[in-house]
Amino acid sequence: MMDKLNNKKTKLYMNILLIALFAAIIILLDTDTIGDNYIRRVLNLSAIYTIVSLSMNLVNGFTGLFSLGQAGFMAIGAYTVAIFTVPLAERAKIFYVVPQNPVLAQIELPFAIALVLGGLLAALIAVLIGMPVLRLKSDYLAIATLGFSEIIRIILTNAKSISNGALGIKGIPQMPTMWVFFGVAILSVVLIWLLIDSSYGRAFKAIREDEIAAEAMGISLFKHKVMSFAIGAFFAGIGGGLLASLLATVDPKQFYFTVTYNFLLIIVLGGMGSISGTVIASFVVTAGLEVLRFFDDPLTLFGVTIPIFRPGFRMVIFSLLLMLLVLFFRNGLLGQKELSWNLIFDWFKRKSKRTGKGGTAQ
Amino acid sequence: MTIEIFMQQLANGISIGSLYALLAIGYTMVYGILRLINFAHGDIFMMAAYFMVFSIINFKLPWYVAIVIVITASVALGVLLEKTAYKPLRDAPRMSIMISAIGASFLLENLATYLFTGVPKGFPDIKILTKSVSLGGVSLSIATLITPFVTLILLYVVLFITNKTKIGMAMRAVSKDFETAKLMGININKVISTTFIIGSSLAAIGAILWGSKYPSIYPIMGVMPGLKCFIAAVLGGIGNTTGAVLGGFILGMAEIMLVTFLPSLTGYRDAIAFIILIVVLLVKPTGLLGEKVTDKV
Amino acid sequence: MKRVLSLLICLLMVLSLFTACAKKDEDIIKIGVFEPLTGENGGGGQQELDGIRYANKMYPEVLGKKIELVVVDNKSDKGEATTAVTRLIEKDKVVAIIGSYGSGVSIAAGDIIKNAKIPAMGASCTNPMVTEGNEFYFRACFLDPFQGRVMANYAIGQGAKTAAVIMQNGDDYSVGLGNFFIDAFRELTGDPDSIVDISEFQVNDSDFNAILTNIKAKNPDVIFAPSSATTAPLIIKQARDLQIKSLIMGGDTWENPAVIEVAGADAEGIVLSTFFDENDPATNEARVFVEGYKKEMAGKEPIIPAVAALGYDAYLLVRDAIEKAGSTDGVAIRDALNATKDFEGVTGVINFTENGDADKNIAVIKTVQDGQFVYIDTVEVK
Repeated sequence: MMDKLNNKKTKLYMNILLIALFAAIIILLDTDTIGDNYIRRVLNLSAIYTIVSLSMNLVNGFTGLFSLGQAGFMAIGAYTVAIFTVPLAERAKIFYVVPQNPVLAQIELPFAIALVLGGLLAALIAVLIGMPVLRLKSDYLAIATLGFSEIIRIILTNAKSISNGALGIKGIPQMPTMWVFFGVAILSVVLIWLLIDSSYGRAFKAIREDEIAAEAMGISLFKHKVMSFAIGAFFAGIGGGLLASLLATVDPKQFYFTVTYNFLLIIVLGGMGSISGTVIASFVVTAGLEVLRFFDDPLTLFGVTIPIFRPGFRMVIFSLLLMLLVLFFRNGLLGQKELSWNLIFDWFKRKSKRTGKGGTAQ
Repeated sequence: MTIEIFMQQLANGISIGSLYALLAIGYTMVYGILRLINFAHGDIFMMAAYFMVFSIINFKLPWYVAIVIVITASVALGVLLEKTAYKPLRDAPRMSIMISAIGASFLLENLATYLFTGVPKGFPDIKILTKSVSLGGVSLSIATLITPFVTLILLYVVLFITNKTKIGMAMRAVSKDFETAKLMGININKVISTTFIIGSSLAAIGAILWGSKYPSIYPIMGVMPGLKCFIAAVLGGIGNTTGAVLGGFILGMAEIMLVTFLPSLTGYRDAIAFIILIVVLLVKPTGLLGEKVTDKV
Repeated sequence: MKRVLSLLICLLMVLSLFTACAKKDEDIIKIGVFEPLTGENGGGGQQELDGIRYANKMYPEVLGKKIELVVVDNKSDKGEATTAVTRLIEKDKVVAIIGSYGSGVSIAAGDIIKNAKIPAMGASCTNPMVTEGNEFYFRACFLDPFQGRVMANYAIGQGAKTAAVIMQNGDDYSVGLGNFFIDAFRELTGDPDSIVDISEFQVNDSDFNAILTNIKAKNPDVIFAPSSATTAPLIIKQARDLQIKSLIMGGDTWENPAVIEVAGADAEGIVLSTFFDENDPATNEARVFVEGYKKEMAGKEPIIPAVAALGYDAYLLVRDAIEKAGSTDGVAIRDALNATKDFEGVTGVINFTENGDADKNIAVIKTVQDGQFVYIDTVEVK
C-alpha cells in the first residue's frame, strides 16, 4: 500500500490537503470560532519564534557561523516598530521622564512600513558589525556577536529620548488578525527556502562544511558570510517588529542575550541544517514552555503537596532539556534533512518492518 | 575633582579590577587547554557564594572552616561540570561543546533560581573582612584592601604550578598541541581536571571576596561578571595567565574611570567591557600578552 | 526508537495545549493573582501573595461559592506580565485580578485588563500611571506623589537643606518616586539647586561605589534612593563604607527584612515610608489580622510586611465588591468597587477616588534601630 502512495500525484494531493487543513485551522482560530485569546497568543508567538529561529539557523546551521546576536537584531526591529507606530497623541504620556526626540516625535508610520524598515535597519547594522567581526574564529565570533547584542541593548536602555530608556514603550497598536503573523512567517519560510536552494545557499553550505576548500573553489568567503549574516539579521528584525506588536509593549530587558538561548534550543532540537525541523521545533518549544507552566504550581496528589513543584522548576526542566539534547541528540529531530512525504513513508516502512505487521517484502 | 576623590575612585577601580582578574584566570586556563569558553564559570562563582551563605548561616560553621568547605564544594562542582557536560563532547564539532557550555550555564542559573528563589540572600558578615579602614581620606573595607594582594599572590602560585611542576608542564604541553600531548602519553583527563580544579578554586576565593564587598547574592549575579572576565582574559591574551590578571585590572579601571570622568555616561558602564572586546578582537586578537597562533591548513 | 519517542513527545506537547482542561466547575469563583515570585522583585511579591493567601484562608467564600486563587508568576518582567494576565483572563477565566507588586509590571498589564473589562486591584503599586486612564484598575495603597512629598517633608523637618537622589533606570516606581521627591524638595526649600546630584543605576548593578564617591564629594544632607529591597542594602552598605554620613532614606520597598539582613549594622538609622505598622493597628480588623497573621507566619518574618497587609486588604476589597455586586460580571464588580464606602481594612479606612486610588492621606514613617524596624511617626496630609 505504501508503494501506491509513493507517486507524485498522490503527494501533490496530500500537500494540498495539508495546506487546506492548515488554512482552515487558522481561519477558525482567527474568527474566534474555536480557541481563545490565550491559544491565539501562543500560536502567534510560535510563528514569530519560527521566523527568528530560521534567521538564526540560516547563519548558524546553514553557514556554520556561530552567531549569538539575534537578540540584538530583534531589539532593533522591535524598537523601530515601537517608536514609529505608537499614535502621536499617546507619545507624551509614554515618554514622561525624558521627552521623545523632536524629529522622531513627528513621524508616525503604518505598521507594514515600520516592520520592513526595522528589518532593513537590522540588516544594515549587521553589515556594519559583520564586516570587521566575521573574519574571527568561531568562539571569538560567538562572544563578539554576543557583545554587540549587549551593546545594542545597553544603548537602547540609555538613549532615553529615542527609546524611552529602560522604561520601555507601551501602547503599540496590535494586529487584528493572526494572518499577519502567520503570513509573514510563511513568507519567511518560503524566502529562506528559496535562498537555501539557490547558488547562494549552496555557497553557504560549502562554507559551513570546509571554509578553506570553499575559498579554494572560488567562493568569496567574506561576501557570502556578510550576506548570510545580514539576511539573518533582517529576518530577526522582522520577528522583533512582530513581537512588539503582539506584546504591545517593548522594554530592553526583553532582549537580554539569554533570549537567544530560546532560539538556540529550537534550532538544536529541530536540526541545525533543516528548515522544516526548525519550524516544527519552534511550535513544540513555544507550546511546550506554556504547557510546562504547570511545573511551576504546587502539585497536590492525594492531598500531599509535592515540594518539587515550585516557581522556577519550569526553567530547570527547560535547561535540562537543552543539555540532554546537545549531549545525546545532537542532530535534533531532522538533522540536515527536510521533512518530506518520502521521509514519513520511510519511517513507517521501517517501523512496520520491525513490528512485522504486514508491510513490504524483506 | 579633589585628589582625595580621585584616589578613592582609583582604589575602587583596583579593587574591582582584581576581582575580575581572579575570575579571568579561570577562563583563560580552560580556554588555553580545551579551546572552550567555559560559559558556566561565572555560575560556579555564583554557586560558591551561595555555598558560603549556607555554610555560615544555615550550618553555623566558623568562617575559616566554611572557606575550606566552599572551595572544596566549588571544585567538586567544576569537575562534575567538566565530566558531564564537556568530556562526552570532546570529539564533537566546536559548536556542540559551546552550546553545551551555554546550556550548563543556563541550567546552573535556573537551578539556583529554583532552589534558592530569586530573592537575594545576604552574604554573611565576616567581621575581619568587612571592617572599614581609612587611609588618608580613602575608605576601604579590609576585604577591598587585601583583594589585589590576594590576586597577585594567587597569580604567583598559579604561575609556579604552571611553570615549575610536572603537572604544569603537562598543562602547557596540552595547550600547545592537544593531539601530540595525548600521543606522548600525557594523561589528558588528569590535566583537564587539574585545570578545572585551579579555575574553580580561584572562582570560589573570588566569590568570598566579592560577597564581602557586595553582600547581595542572587542567582544571576555571575552572568555579567562572567562575561566581563572572559573579555578581560581576551584583552590580556587568551591562554596567558598573567595577561588575564592584567586584563582584569585594566577592565576594572576603565569602568570606574568612565563613571568618574563622565558621570552622565554611567549607564554605559557595562558597554565599556564589550567595546573593549570588539576593539581588541579587531586590532590585536591575540591580546596584549598573547602569542601569535598560526592556523595550519 | 529515539525518533519515535521524540516525535511522540512533540505531539503530546502540542496536543496538551489544545486540550487544556476547562474545569466547568460552577461552584468556584476564581480570582487571579499576578505577582513576581522570581526575579528582582520576587521577595516582595511572595510577601504580598502570603497576605492574599491568608485573606483567602480567613474569608474563603462569597455568594455561597468557594473562592479559588489562581496564581501566576510575572517574573518581575513586563513581557511576562502581559502573558501572565492574558492567561489568567482567557484560560483560567478569572472574575477579578489582584496584583502586582511593582508598578512597572502593573502598568504593562493595564491595557489588557482594561480591554477585557476585568477589574484589577493593586495592593502596593504606587505609581500614578497604574490607575490613570484605566477605569478597571484600582489600588489599596497611596500614591507616589504623596509618598515623595512625605519624604521631602520629613527630610526638611530634620533640617536638611541639600539632597542627592539615586534612581534605578527603567523602574517606573523608582524613577517616578525619585522625581516626585525632587519636585517636592525643590518646592519646599524654595531652592532649585537644593538637589545636588541625581544619579541612575542599571538593574542588576551591584557596584555603587563610583556613584556614591561622586555624591560624597557634593556632601548632601540627605540621600534619597527609592530602589528595590535587592539593591537597597548594597547602596546603604557601600555608602557607609565610604564614610558618607548623610541621612539615607528610601520608599515603601525598603520595609523588607532582607534590607536589614544584608546591610547589617549599616542599616541603623535609615528612614523609610510605609503603609502599615503592626504595633499601631488602625482598625479593629487590623487588630484581629495582626494577631492571626503573626500566628500563621510563626516566625517566618520578624515583622508583618506592609505589602502582606495590603494584599490582605486587596483581597477583602475585591471579595466585598463581588458580594455587593451580587454577580461575577466584570463591569458590575467594577461599579461595586467604585461605590465602596468607608471599608474597614487593616491598613486603614478605605474609600476610592475617581481614579480608583485608595483615598489615603496617612503614611507611616519608620527607621531602623537595633536591627529592627521602629515606628517614628504617622504623617497626615490634608
